Amino acid sequence: MILVVMEQHAGAWHKMSWETLAGGQQLGKAMGEPVAAAVLGEGIGALAAELATKALDKVYAIEHLQLALYTADGYTAALAALIGQLQPTLVLFPHTYQVRDFGPKLATRLDRLLLSDVVRVMPGPVFVRQLFQGKLNADVRPTTAAPHLVSLQAGAYRADTLVAGTAPIETITPTLEASRQQPEAPFRESSRAVDLTAADLIVSVGRGIREADNLPLVEELAKALGAELAASRPICDNGWLPMERQVGSSGQTVAPKVYLAVGISGAIQHLVGMKGAKAIVAINKDPHAPIFEVADYGLVGDLFEIVPALTEEIRKAKA
Amino acid sequence: MKIIVAIKQVPARDSQLRLNSAAKWIDEEDLTFEINEPDAYALEEALQLKEKQGAGEVIALCLGPERAGSTLREALAKGADRAIHIVCEHPESLDPLAIAKLLAGAIRTEAPDLVLTGLQSDDLGSGQTGVIVAELLGCSHATIIMEVLPQPSSQNVGSVRVKRELEDGWFQYIQMPLPAVLTIQSGINRLRYATLMGIKKAKTKEMRIIEAETVGGQAASLDGIYPPDRQKQTQMITGTAKEQAVQLVEKLRFEMRVL
Repeated sequence: MILVVMEQHAGAWHKMSWETLAGGQQLGKAMGEPVAAAVLGEGIGALAAELATKALDKVYAIEHLQLALYTADGYTAALAALIGQLQPTLVLFPHTYQVRDFGPKLATRLDRLLLSDVVRVMPGPVFVRQLFQGKLNADVRPTTAAPHLVSLQAGAYRADTLVAGTAPIETITPTLEASRQQPEAPFRESSRAVDLTAADLIVSVGRGIREADNLPLVEELAKALGAELAASRPICDNGWLPMERQVGSSGQTVAPKVYLAVGISGAIQHLVGMKGAKAIVAINKDPHAPIFEVADYGLVGDLFEIVPALTEEIRKAKA
Repeated sequence: MKIIVAIKQVPARDSQLRLNSAAKWIDEEDLTFEINEPDAYALEEALQLKEKQGAGEVIALCLGPERAGSTLREALAKGADRAIHIVCEHPESLDPLAIAKLLAGAIRTEAPDLVLTGLQSDDLGSGQTGVIVAELLGCSHATIIMEVLPQPSSQNVGSVRVKRELEDGWFQYIQMPLPAVLTIQSGINRLRYATLMGIKKAKTKEMRIIEAETVGGQAASLDGIYPPDRQKQTQMITGTAKEQAVQLVEKLRFEMRVL
């Protein structure tokens, strides 16, 4: 059996769950294994019912008051029991922040290793994961007995390939000890003053800019183009631009007409936030930077020369 | 508070990576190495916690080849009180579980209140070591931490309240008993530089060397590494900066149609 562990927050699905579920269906077909999905929480009847409209052999609804808010202890105990009972060949997770929090713990509890951040699955199965912030790929093969635990990165499978069907639901109430982690309700720092998701044009700046004093260079470019200014995580970490201008897994997910990435190498955490852009232009000094893997237009060179030249040409074109 | 910070030495960020002849790892010749960036933030957080409390001990722990000793020296120069180096010539051949077992062994004998480490390494990027160490030690943990607030002992003995970063701009506070393992997110604090005085002092600080034991049974094997293939056909725009700019403006106007 292939077991797909779905993720929900306060009754809303994490959208990477659907990609993972689609991956589960495809691997089930390829490996000739039945496919089941599990959802954890409290009062999750509606979520389980929605899962039951997909082509699955079984839906497991793991209900417990202590699973109302996520804790690593609660999720680990509940899933260790389920996996122990079902003995699946493969357990798939979306590679989310939450899975990063409990996945390695669960695998260790089961005396297994989580193969994390997998971008592609090849026959074998051999799992492809990224090294060096996306500069290299590695083919990894589990050497232990099943179950193999794997977390799938965004984009490994497409959610729109999901096959509809009907599945029986089994509701399970696990025995849980009190969690050592006491969670409080999630919150957002501030209402977002900058909504990058609505922008048609985005000029985004990364580490290549070297220091805060160089930022006016890209600000001028954004102004000339009439674009919103955004940044990769390190720029916001350094306080050079406010966090609300951050694009990536911990920031905003954008899909503009044009995304112009200046001095951004393209770590996966950034790519997941912008690869939906209609056109991606990348300016980077390193021809091997992962950003060029997703770019439609690539300019290899010194941004300190290219950006001012580009600003000038755009101004001329608009004059 | 006794704090252990687990740090890793990785190739410098702008390194040009070449595969080794077996295509199982990179060719390490001619590379320069530095502290893994999130680990630098973990170290800084430990130093600041000690300074705020006015007491305690910060121990830097590193598993790596001999060259990693320089990263531990740097940690000592920045203010760590002592260092433990688990010498292992080829850590890249170990999976995260094997590495965590070696680290947990060294941590157990120190019995710290808190273990801090970066949320992931810039080379292997598994993002698992801290969490596995916590499970092996049987203590609580939290990941992707942006704030560490030890709770005053009068109210709540031996606990810590932390701010977890969630996705898409969300955060959450959680509280848990000590000892605990926290994986630290980059940007949690402002990094310090080592002072000349610090560098001088570091030379007299204790650096304990432990030879890594052989840990049997790898859970995964690495078949090979290779550059990723392009997902898109990228049009490369070449020439002088001016020529590149002129061509891109053409594309912005006639292909992307935004000018």
